[in-house]
Amino acid sequence: MIRLALALAVTLMTAPALHALDAVEMFDDPVEEARAREIGRALRCLVCQNESIFDSNAGLARDLRVLVRDRMSAGDSDDEVIAYVAERYGDYVLLKPRVTTQTYLLWGAPAIFLGLGGLSVLAYHRRRRQAPGEVGLSDEDRAKAQRLLQGEKS
Amino acid sequence: MIIELGHLALWLALAAALVQAIVPIWGTHTRSASAMRVADSAAQVQFLGVAGAFAVLTWAYVKSDFSLINVVMNSHSAKPMLYKVTGVWANHEGSMLLWVLMLALFGVLISVFGRMIPVVMRSTVLAVQAMIGIGFYLFLLLTSNPFLRAPQTPLDGQGMNPLLQDPGVAFHPPLLYLGYVGFSTAFSFAVAALITGRVDPAWARWMRPWVLIAWSGLTAGIALGSWWAYYELGWGGFWFWDPVENASFMPWLIGTALLHSAIVVEKRNALLKWTILLAILTFSLSLMGTFLVRSGILTSVHAFATDPDRGIFILGLLVVYIGGALSLFAWRGSSIGEGGVFSIWSRESGLLFNNMGLAAATGVVFVGTLYPLFLELANGAKITVGAPYFNQAFLPVFGILMFFAGIGPFLSWKRARPAVVLRKAAIGLGLSAVLTLGVGLIAGFDEPVGLFGAFIAIWLAVATLQDLATRAGLPKASPSVALRRVIGLPRSSWGLYMGHLGLAIAAAGVVAVSVWKDETIQTVQLGTPIEVGPYAFSLNEVVNDTGPNYQTSIATVTVTRDGELLRTLRPERRFYPVEGQPTTEAGIATLWHGDIYAVLGDPDGRGGFVTRYYYNPGVPWMWLGGVLMALAALISLTDRRLRVGAPTRRLRAAQPAE
Repeated sequence: MIRLALALAVTLMTAPALHALDAVEMFDDPVEEARAREIGRALRCLVCQNESIFDSNAGLARDLRVLVRDRMSAGDSDDEVIAYVAERYGDYVLLKPRVTTQTYLLWGAPAIFLGLGGLSVLAYHRRRRQAPGEVGLSDEDRAKAQRLLQGEKS
Repeated sequence: MIIELGHLALWLALAAALVQAIVPIWGTHTRSASAMRVADSAAQVQFLGVAGAFAVLTWAYVKSDFSLINVVMNSHSAKPMLYKVTGVWANHEGSMLLWVLMLALFGVLISVFGRMIPVVMRSTVLAVQAMIGIGFYLFLLLTSNPFLRAPQTPLDGQGMNPLLQDPGVAFHPPLLYLGYVGFSTAFSFAVAALITGRVDPAWARWMRPWVLIAWSGLTAGIALGSWWAYYELGWGGFWFWDPVENASFMPWLIGTALLHSAIVVEKRNALLKWTILLAILTFSLSLMGTFLVRSGILTSVHAFATDPDRGIFILGLLVVYIGGALSLFAWRGSSIGEGGVFSIWSRESGLLFNNMGLAAATGVVFVGTLYPLFLELANGAKITVGAPYFNQAFLPVFGILMFFAGIGPFLSWKRARPAVVLRKAAIGLGLSAVLTLGVGLIAGFDEPVGLFGAFIAIWLAVATLQDLATRAGLPKASPSVALRRVIGLPRSSWGLYMGHLGLAIAAAGVVAVSVWKDETIQTVQLGTPIEVGPYAFSLNEVVNDTGPNYQTSIATVTVTRDGELLRTLRPERRFYPVEGQPTTEAGIATLWHGDIYAVLGDPDGRGGFVTRYYYNPGVPWMWLGGVLMALAALISLTDRRLRVGAPTRRLRAAQPAE
């Protein structure tokens, strides 16, 4: 079921007319074309579900691809093109969210989770070291072992 | 008539589930073994009920019974038989029926193959399974009933999304659900442990087979879905960090952690509480995945009907099950001991680090998936968290994890000697560095991130084989002795080596295709060769044909290398008139090191065609790695300590120290 949403997104977009990337809109210079695709992969197709404008067949994605190429022809750098598009369509268009006060938590997530994980392992070891007397076989353990053996018989 | 019988069977299953949830619990309170044993027969009746309902729905699809709304909406008489059958679960109602079928299947399997589990534990587990079932039967019967009749019987149905009329995606949902729903067993064992107060190595051993089956199914299901996207969606991508994909990936990650922490419980009687919590979290994330996919909360465009009532119903179930289990954990958790002690340098500690890494990786995917939703709820800001975020935030965490996965097996239980471990690691790291250098000489040094990824994958493979060699007594032992020792290793060790090797191979494939893929998009005239890396692709002809329920244009693309014919590809563009949708079928030839891949696009009206040609290095390794991982879990399942019917006495003798 996992891909169904994606599948529908694709079919919905492809059903009326295909606007896949074609040769007409492409740059002749392969270096420029590679740049255009890199930028295209960073921008979201606004009417699709989680597709970049490079991957999408939607008409709006094509319009954006053309816009990207126009800006590049006008001499914009990669960042300037992306900023230009984001200014007009909002941050929603950026597949890679900007680092702002709103996204500190998002971008900090890997460090926060790894840090928490590491700290809890250390804390676990510290706590266990301070809890002596569990190494030997206590009466409770002995009873548990008994239960275990019986448990396997029934 | 038969439809009504199916409908009735589903209600019968609900009734059996009610009995299964109540009577055994009452039995444990009154210490009545016969009341507890009711769980077994109730689980069997419940399964027969759902299986009957499922069979009836399948029959309705096979016969194209258009008096059923569900069949009208999702099938067509001209559809090939395979897709009539798989159409049963390619829609919301049918897939939920498959969901409960899997749940009941696990119940009946526990009742049949779980005879060695003491009746108190077994009946409590089955009661919890039934409690989960009740909620989903109600969901199915009240909001998503597949047995509703259409007011008028139309002449034919509306067909099924052609993208799903494909053998690869046909079996993706059953495997995925085997995993999703299979983790319910872990949840039930965890809740049963909290209720009965019993958590010990034996408990972990009873739970293990079910977790292994679920994990294997989920691994295969994810891989199959990824493979389908790769050849069907037509741009060579295989993973999009889409919310629905993440919904399946999170239970996989945390389920992997569970698989590892349960080993510590089993071998060393430690990490008890943590393992219980992981078991609860794994199924909770599966449930959340179901909710995210079904409610459409994260996806504005959605394949299945996204009715807000259904979303709220599942949200309610989520709150009851997850909230209930976590409350029980908070209430009863303190009565569970901490278990055995171990030093920081030990296998236990290594597995604990593995768990923290996997939990952190899960956390990153969770935050990335839900962040836009929470941010919008908080202040209305709309942002997108797409693939570039996940690649940057998730991959480093996973890389660290894979690095430690290489070291983990070097550590001995309880207390390892750091000097020995470090020496082994130094040898492995040195060898990996040399091999990575070799990769760089072939692929070039202009992609340092790619080379680093390759290094991590190579390291995991090298370290895994290094540990296997040590176990075999190499280099001291003679080859024949070493071979005998390797063959004689317990199946669970085979699971370890195959699983880790599979991960390394899959990761190498992911790195290779992400970094060193060659791609060209162009309009070509017939016969004009196009260079893609070392290969030359020529479009030779395009012919029109018809399939069972579609029209198609099939292209012949020949691929040469150094002037010699290497392979002939046949990419297709299909059109399904019933659904009014086109699909692409990529032409793919698999070489040992990668795929050559061609997609046929639109004609340009002047005799040319838009084509996309790719060389995708490493892609076959991803599928191989996925298969190895799924198989590794199954091989581990056949370990003698888990084998069904293995004599109890010998089982105990095989593990004297524990």
